[in-house]
Amino acid sequence: MDDQVLKGGEVLRQRAAKRRKVNDVLVPLAASIGVFVAIAFLVSLLLYVVSMGAGRLSPSLLFEYPSANPREAGMRSAILGSVFTVGLAGLICIPLSIATAIYLTEYAGNKWWSQVLSYNIANLAGVPSVVFGVVGLGFLVYGLGLGRSVIAGAFTLAILTLPYVTVVCVEAIKTVPEDQRFGAYALGATTYEVVRYIVLPRALPMMLTGGILGISRALGEAAPILVISGLLFIREDPTSLLSEFTVMPLQLYNWISRPQLAFQQLAAAGIIVLLAILLALNSLAIYLRQRFYRRLEEG
Amino acid sequence: MAEQQRSVILLGSKSIHRRNLINRVAQSTFLLASLVSTVALIVIFFTLTTESVSFFTHVSVIEFLTGTKWTALFAEKHFGILPLLNATLITSAIAVAVATPTGLAAAIYLSEYAGKRARGLLKPVVETLSGIPTVVYGYFALYFVTPQLLRGLIPDLGIHNALAVGLMIGVLVMPIVASLSDDAMRAVPEDLRMAAYSLGARKYQVVLRVVVPAALSGITASVILAFARAMGETMIAAIAGGFRPVLSFDVKEAMQTMPSFIAQVATGDAPHGTIEYQSLFAVGLFLLLITAALNFIGVRVVRRWTIKY
Repeated sequence: MDDQVLKGGEVLRQRAAKRRKVNDVLVPLAASIGVFVAIAFLVSLLLYVVSMGAGRLSPSLLFEYPSANPREAGMRSAILGSVFTVGLAGLICIPLSIATAIYLTEYAGNKWWSQVLSYNIANLAGVPSVVFGVVGLGFLVYGLGLGRSVIAGAFTLAILTLPYVTVVCVEAIKTVPEDQRFGAYALGATTYEVVRYIVLPRALPMMLTGGILGISRALGEAAPILVISGLLFIREDPTSLLSEFTVMPLQLYNWISRPQLAFQQLAAAGIIVLLAILLALNSLAIYLRQRFYRRLEEG
Repeated sequence: MAEQQRSVILLGSKSIHRRNLINRVAQSTFLLASLVSTVALIVIFFTLTTESVSFFTHVSVIEFLTGTKWTALFAEKHFGILPLLNATLITSAIAVAVATPTGLAAAIYLSEYAGKRARGLLKPVVETLSGIPTVVYGYFALYFVTPQLLRGLIPDLGIHNALAVGLMIGVLVMPIVASLSDDAMRAVPEDLRMAAYSLGARKYQVVLRVVVPAALSGITASVILAFARAMGETMIAAIAGGFRPVLSFDVKEAMQTMPSFIAQVATGDAPHGTIEYQSLFAVGLFLLLITAALNFIGVRVVRRWTIKY
């Protein structure tokens, strides 16, 4: 009797041990499915877009204006519109972000308003991008009378990307070792001198990485620009800050919403161009970051 | 080195008064710059509120919040937000239902199982998903996912439908869950894992019964933040969801979300000062208030539940 109970207990224990061994393999396998889904999705998306659009890739796609005929249409005005708007947004956003980050980390200390400022930056990051468009329309386009212009779009995108770039800039500044600051202060440097000669030279590459990531985010934004510029059919290059404009994602949206197959292929070709530009920007950002880390390790 | 030597020379060549003056000027400049984000928030709130106030002189707040008909662009206008709100909640719920299991699984894999090299390679791949422009997701949903993938399973699926929108937004916000949960789990102290191992726990037990529960506040917050992000997604809903503001729970049908309504009005160019134009701001304000509330709760959850080690 006792023997049997003992034996039964032994069997149960062995079973449980076996189950645990199996689980030890199954759980990481199941977890890796999460990553696998992401990769599978990316690959199938890219394959689909390339299979639809590769045949339509041509110089005319880059250099021609949009047209009602999908075989002749290009995205020249959209590419130039993106370069103008996003470039200008970067010129506004990156210096602002760097200055904000410097103020928060080097000047404000732990005072209550620096916490309020950080809190507001976090709140700004949570505003849906389409709401930025609505506010841009009400405040910049009509309120300040800028019209549906490049400058209105650029300001909106700049404020939209500001919190992201600021966060990266703060991170960049935090990688600068405290003792280097203290060393400079001990020699009698002012805060500005510490920022200029100690903090900025060391943090700048990573700040620029953040700036590039912000730019590539702005480049893909369609919703706020749609609200600001409307869905325009533009066959002119933007020539001034007050020109009407369109951007690449919006031109794509226009083509996507036409049901003909030729426009679907045109849209896919345009998507390939946009993704190629984003890939180039991201590679640049990664390259900068790696150089930055190498320099950190070398001291 | 050269830089440091030069800076020493530079510092020595200026009088202390001038250096202090430069420092003060710089400080004021940086302060001004840092105020921009706060000013932007004020402008956002002010602009939305003033236009919404004009909107609510024509439409009662009660009708707006409880009405079941949204016909802003028809001759006979009704402004009941419920159809738009319902569609927004349904697509976002589908999105979170996709993003939570996949994102959490990816986070568990990345933080607990992947080696340093695999992690360095795979984390950027996962994060790429949220870097793809959303018009691309819309395109993929409308021309591939709905007709070639989902129609195989559900033959009577509409060309525009809420299901595909939700699924695509789910993929889009999955990196939010993965990345924030990964951070939360990596913040769990090594001591806790070691203590569990010393009691004879296997790795999966440590992961599922120690690490995940300890990181639960961060994981919950990541899901809430993903939901807030999903609610604001515009282009996927505008392209693949259709412009049909109906109060329906059938995800096989087209339905219009709040951001998608804003996109439709923007496409059609509502003249400045009309009630359609003003309705953009009322919908925008409503959307902002909901997402802001969600973000606030998300941050609170992290603070309240975080176990202090």
